[in-house]
Amino acid sequence: MAVTVSIPTILRTHTGGEKSVEAAGKTVLEVIDDVESRHSGLKARLVKEEKLHRFVNVYVNDEDVRFAGGLDAEVKDGDTVTILPAVAGGAR
Amino acid sequence: MTDVLRIHRDLVDEIVAHARRDHPDEACGVIAGPEGSDRPLRFIPMLNAARSPTFYEFDSADLLKLYREMDANDEVPVVIYHSHTATEAYPSRTDVSYASEPGAHYVLVSTRDPEEHEFRSYRIVEGVITEEPVEVVEAE
Repeated sequence: MAVTVSIPTILRTHTGGEKSVEAAGKTVLEVIDDVESRHSGLKARLVKEEKLHRFVNVYVNDEDVRFAGGLDAEVKDGDTVTILPAVAGGAR
Repeated sequence: MTDVLRIHRDLVDEIVAHARRDHPDEACGVIAGPEGSDRPLRFIPMLNAARSPTFYEFDSADLLKLYREMDANDEVPVVIYHSHTATEAYPSRTDVSYASEPGAHYVLVSTRDPEEHEFRSYRIVEGVITEEPVEVVEAE
């Protein structure tokens, strides 16, 4: 089962500069674990205490997984998983 | 790397106008430019999904659309800007914790004074803030 994972600039140090990598898995977490098995260090940037890190957005195709089951969100063959750092901040 | 933000007067004016318009909420957006050029060219104001005077966040669907569009155009976010509406134009701890584009110029505008704005630019790399000069290029 092949899924394309799109990697943001800041995390490409973990993928040897690759913009996207292929992975397998039925959920977002399985996909992340599969990528981690070949590109170690990536998971720690995405997952904290078994939840998605608040600094990062993960999408399955067009859907933000925060609204679709988080790390348990379902992934199907041919899907694209896009990782993007949240753009946020402020005086608070 | 000697850092300076070179930016057209028009774009500075657009950022300040956006910040004034959304005051007292924080305004935010991007100026995209060709990858590797370090030239901010395309002004893209974003909605502050937080609609807050002390926090900003790009809406997650808008963020995905923005990055896909930039990818298709071979663009990168050369400038990422936001406003502080009651404090100085200096990155807060929150700004630093979220900063994840080491190649971007982080522009902060302060609108706390109704007459005079502050417009400053920074690099934020691995938690380290470095202010840089802003060179405003007048339109030809």
